[in-house]
Amino acid sequence: MAETSKKTPFVRLAKRELMSPAKAWGIRGAAILTALIIGSLPIMLVGVNPFAAYGVIVQGSLGKSVYLQQTVKIAVPLLGCALAIAPCFKMRFWNIGAEGQLTAGAIGASAIAFYLGKTLPGAVSIPLMFIIAAICGGIWGLIPGFFKAKYNTNETLFTLMMNYIAIGIAAWLQGGPWEGRPGTQIIDQFDPKTYLPKVFGVHAGWIIVLVLAVFMHIYMTKTKHGYEVAVIGDSENTARYAGMNVGKIMMRTMFLSGAIAGIVGFIVVSGANHTLTKGVAAGVGFTAITVSWLSQLNSYVMIFISALLAIISKGSSTLNQRMGVPASVAEIVSGILLFCMLSCEFFINYKLIFRKKSDKEA
Amino acid sequence: MNTVFALIAAAGTYATALMFGTLGETLTEKSGNMNLGVEGIMYMGGIFGLIAANRYEAIVGEAASNGFMAIVIAILGAFAAGAVAGLLFSFITVTLRANQNVTGLAMTTFGTGVAKFAGEHMRNSLGGYVSVSNHLKDSFSMKIMPKFLQDIPLIGKVLFGQPHFFYLGILVAVLMHLFLTKTKKGLYLRAVGESPATADAAGINITKYRYIATIVGGGISAIGGMVYTMTTAGCVWIEASLAGVGWLSVALVIFCTWKPLNAIWGSVLFGSLMIMYLWIIVPFFPTELYKILPYVVTIVVLIIASMRNNKEKQPPANLGLNYFREER
Repeated sequence: MAETSKKTPFVRLAKRELMSPAKAWGIRGAAILTALIIGSLPIMLVGVNPFAAYGVIVQGSLGKSVYLQQTVKIAVPLLGCALAIAPCFKMRFWNIGAEGQLTAGAIGASAIAFYLGKTLPGAVSIPLMFIIAAICGGIWGLIPGFFKAKYNTNETLFTLMMNYIAIGIAAWLQGGPWEGRPGTQIIDQFDPKTYLPKVFGVHAGWIIVLVLAVFMHIYMTKTKHGYEVAVIGDSENTARYAGMNVGKIMMRTMFLSGAIAGIVGFIVVSGANHTLTKGVAAGVGFTAITVSWLSQLNSYVMIFISALLAIISKGSSTLNQRMGVPASVAEIVSGILLFCMLSCEFFINYKLIFRKKSDKEA
Repeated sequence: MNTVFALIAAAGTYATALMFGTLGETLTEKSGNMNLGVEGIMYMGGIFGLIAANRYEAIVGEAASNGFMAIVIAILGAFAAGAVAGLLFSFITVTLRANQNVTGLAMTTFGTGVAKFAGEHMRNSLGGYVSVSNHLKDSFSMKIMPKFLQDIPLIGKVLFGQPHFFYLGILVAVLMHLFLTKTKKGLYLRAVGESPATADAAGINITKYRYIATIVGGGISAIGGMVYTMTTAGCVWIEASLAGVGWLSVALVIFCTWKPLNAIWGSVLFGSLMIMYLWIIVPFFPTELYKILPYVVTIVVLIIASMRNNKEKQPPANLGLNYFREER
């Protein structure tokens, strides 16, 4: 088992000195390019010119204002959930439950819209939906946070299970107590008074998430709370030694994270869908994790990454209509993109040292 | 009581897919690698198993095709797809040191994408849908145990009325149990998952163990996806029907407290819970809430295990963490 040879290994690693941000982002740009090149393989497989295909993707997602609006609509929940997840990941709390927290928030917002939407004026019901959604999402995040703080219960698996419970409850509401016409399994569209107003042709959700992006950036970098989260992420023992109440901070952060995901649920219900379905989250909670991580938990970079994924997603559906390439190519290209960007961090943090000829004889 | 036995007997097919998914992920997690990409891996197993069987039949001709060969080829096709996914996961997390959670989720996106793409591409290029002939379909869901055993009242159907994949799954579980508990290599593997620093000091090659466990684990999980397509889904590719099976397998690994033998009854239990609403109707209790029962049960198990702090029921201590020798 033990290494017996004394030869220098062919390749060895050395930690790099801190790379300049410009160079690091250069490497990340190269990773995106590599991903697009690898991603052209499945496109060529179905006999389509990749350059033409990428052209269609860009044109079909940004080329017309209608397309652009649809792309923004896809990017909004993605960015919102990425913002929600960032503080948890900073704390090394692996919250993969944004999907469920979003759904819980959507259920809360829908409850208001369903029971009070017709009677209350929009100026009351919309803020109320916002608040209830934040509380519901927050509680959904707080539950695993509580058990992690108290008993050190594995949060990855706990938050994952909470997703399915929230989705199951939404499915029950959809086919049961809130069902519109019996047998349809669909909840009727809510009263138009509960709809988020449109700004520049897209529901105002995009303004909410951009405000959240600024808020979260300030929260994470400029406040005591953000600092505490960062310390726990680096070393829980240090935090404890410094007198921080780690459990309390954990629960607080999880509530905040869940609340933001809940607000995204409100945006989706009130802005986009105008009803509740069990598929309200549509995998956004999972994709957002990768968005968050690839952005190095930086709020402003998340805007860029979520836009990129939204462009691929919207553009691929146009590609499907025009050139018959299966729309699932979006998932393949996104997956490759994520792999490449995850891998490129290695080259930012480490350098490879190859064995020199002179070492060989030594 | 009869209903309960009938329910369990009926759950066997669905349980088999879960069992393979769970066993594969158990092996992966024992090495300390937490591959959350099981969903994507099972998707790939599902489509590539089907494609392998379909191609085999197209090449040798329907008349000459042999059920046993088709099964072997489908297993190999699925295993290869899962193994490649496991290799990719290991390369990115072990060699390139990326975060495991994020890589696993990216694997789910990638795997489901590849599977859907391959399915649609095959459908377009073959015309109609991808499937196999009826006699191969029959051999995939054949019940191999002798008739008189199946006719034993109550337990006959439960124990002997299952398709052959079910018994293959049990065999894999037993072999994995023996490997982990009775062999030196199994001990090393567990050491890698529990305390890589200690294992490294003892001269165990962490990288090698993590790679192999993840590759083989991915392959076994992928077989689960193939079993699902070839039995439950009737040898036809239906994208949506596989959704959630992989995630349920991840849940089941926890429920089974990382023990392969528990995966046998655990998957039957989960399989039963998933279809219970069809069999045991509780008045006024909605089916959709019924369906979340397995997840609630998993959470309860998770909480109780952590409250009791029972050493027997804990995840591998270094689960989900990459090992950096220089940060010891």
